[in-house]
Amino acid sequence: MSSGAPLLEIKGIVAGYGSVEVLHEVSLEVREGEIVTLIGGNGAGKSTTLMCASGVVPLRAGEISFAGERIAQVGGGVRADLLVPRGLVQVPEGRRIFPRMTVLENLMMGAYTRNDPAGVQKDLAHVYELFDILKKRSSQLGGTLSGGEQQMLAIGRAILSKPRLLMMDEPSMGIAPLLVARIFEAVKELNRSGLTILLVEQNARAALRLAHRGYVLETGRITLSDDAQKLLVDPRVLASYLGE
Amino acid sequence: MTETEVFLQQVIYGLSNGMIIALVALGYTMVYGIVELINFAHGDVFTLGGFLALTVVGALGAAAILDPNTLSDSSHWLLLVGLVVTAGLFCGFLNVAIDKVVYKPLRRAPKLTQLVAAIGVSFILVNIALFWGGAPMEVFGGGNAAAASKDFPEILEGSNLLGEDSNVVLRLEDLAIFVITIPLMIGLTLFVNRTRLGRGMRATAQNPIAARLMGINTDRVIAATFLIGGFLGGAASVMWAIYNNTISFQMGFRAGMDAFTAAVLGGIGSLPGAMIGGVLIGLIRAMSDQYIETRWTNVVVFGVLILILVFRPSGLLGLKQREKV
Repeated sequence: MSSGAPLLEIKGIVAGYGSVEVLHEVSLEVREGEIVTLIGGNGAGKSTTLMCASGVVPLRAGEISFAGERIAQVGGGVRADLLVPRGLVQVPEGRRIFPRMTVLENLMMGAYTRNDPAGVQKDLAHVYELFDILKKRSSQLGGTLSGGEQQMLAIGRAILSKPRLLMMDEPSMGIAPLLVARIFEAVKELNRSGLTILLVEQNARAALRLAHRGYVLETGRITLSDDAQKLLVDPRVLASYLGE
Repeated sequence: MTETEVFLQQVIYGLSNGMIIALVALGYTMVYGIVELINFAHGDVFTLGGFLALTVVGALGAAAILDPNTLSDSSHWLLLVGLVVTAGLFCGFLNVAIDKVVYKPLRRAPKLTQLVAAIGVSFILVNIALFWGGAPMEVFGGGNAAAASKDFPEILEGSNLLGEDSNVVLRLEDLAIFVITIPLMIGLTLFVNRTRLGRGMRATAQNPIAARLMGINTDRVIAATFLIGGFLGGAASVMWAIYNNTISFQMGFRAGMDAFTAAVLGGIGSLPGAMIGGVLIGLIRAMSDQYIETRWTNVVVFGVLILILVFRPSGLLGLKQREKV
């Protein structure tokens, strides 16, 4: 297993919405070249963790560093729109594609902050190679795609942002099993080509099979963290998340 | 006048008024598209645009220098374009300031709070217009009573463009409205579809969180939206002023109601919808004035609004479905 320098470091973050505190001192780390998965049930705070890293949800305590630089702390941090050009990119829960833009326009939104047209074209070709269905549907409106196709679109759009770290929030949610396998295959391919990935999943088995390391998040606290292979056979994980 | 001529005349009236309504409607629909707020103060921003234009005309002494005999003189058109730009910028920045001070702090507040705040801003602006109208300035013809309508000097004057013998009248003002409004609409459409900031606007309207995750500075996009919406409203106020040769502190109320109806008719959030809706409302008003009766026109227009809300709440070009989740 690769173990490069830490790319994303989340240290004791507390966050929430209004009077509800969702995260109670969550810490985790993603190193260069890894696939790390964050598993946990509904409402555990997985999405909130990613939204904190993306600068959308403010921190109430703790801090987050990316590539050695602090990007979030109490009372501020780097604005969400400035994190994308640094390579901190998220594929959000529920895809959040732009329904009234074509597939191609959606993909190009991923490249919004980029100024290297040649590089963008190269990445676009790469995305079309990874998901050939997107090429076929390139002039179709995003809102008319199936759930699985939208997920591929969301991933493709994120690749066009030229990520250093790709954070994916529940890419398997509400998608036909065949497409889930296809998407997880793509995640593996992306990682092999050098992309670091933080994968949030409810589908714990599939995520742990894919990942190098895993964290278990329960009601806003990290309760377990280990190599993915070990978590796969850990009795606590088996009982709670693998349905055995 | 034959029946056909009467009809054609109403078409001209309807189109001219409809274009003005459409410009104002664009301001409603753009802001709604981005922050899901019905900016009830928009009509009153429009009113202040008219007052600014009149003040500028007065300051320039333009009322005096404008000689109807020098019709060919391009200075009339220059003055008109200058007023459109000045009032447009004034209303644009006023709109941005209102957003910064009032709406932005309420962005996460319940929709009702935002709506009430917008109505509050509307009252404030109406009273600023009243105060402004009471200012003892030469340019305010029609008396210095604050609430009185103020004469707006005839900037474009001239004979019937269709010839003196024609019963159907096409005035220079009608032409001015077309040649200023249509390029503004084309420009807006190109801006939204072709430029980077325009793409950012569309993305923010369709999914603000995703827009931020694409690296779009949504605060800047929202400010730009208020700026452009306000600019179009300011431009419209000058058209209104030269078309009707009068302004009043209440002009934005009626224009705002018509424009809001137009935006809903076209499909709130849709730019082409607002343009088509505006022209349709203009035509409906003109036809109702002619063929029903003027006093029933408001009933007809708001009857249309109610019918849309009941039978096609998403409007003519509205979005029937939200995105799949």
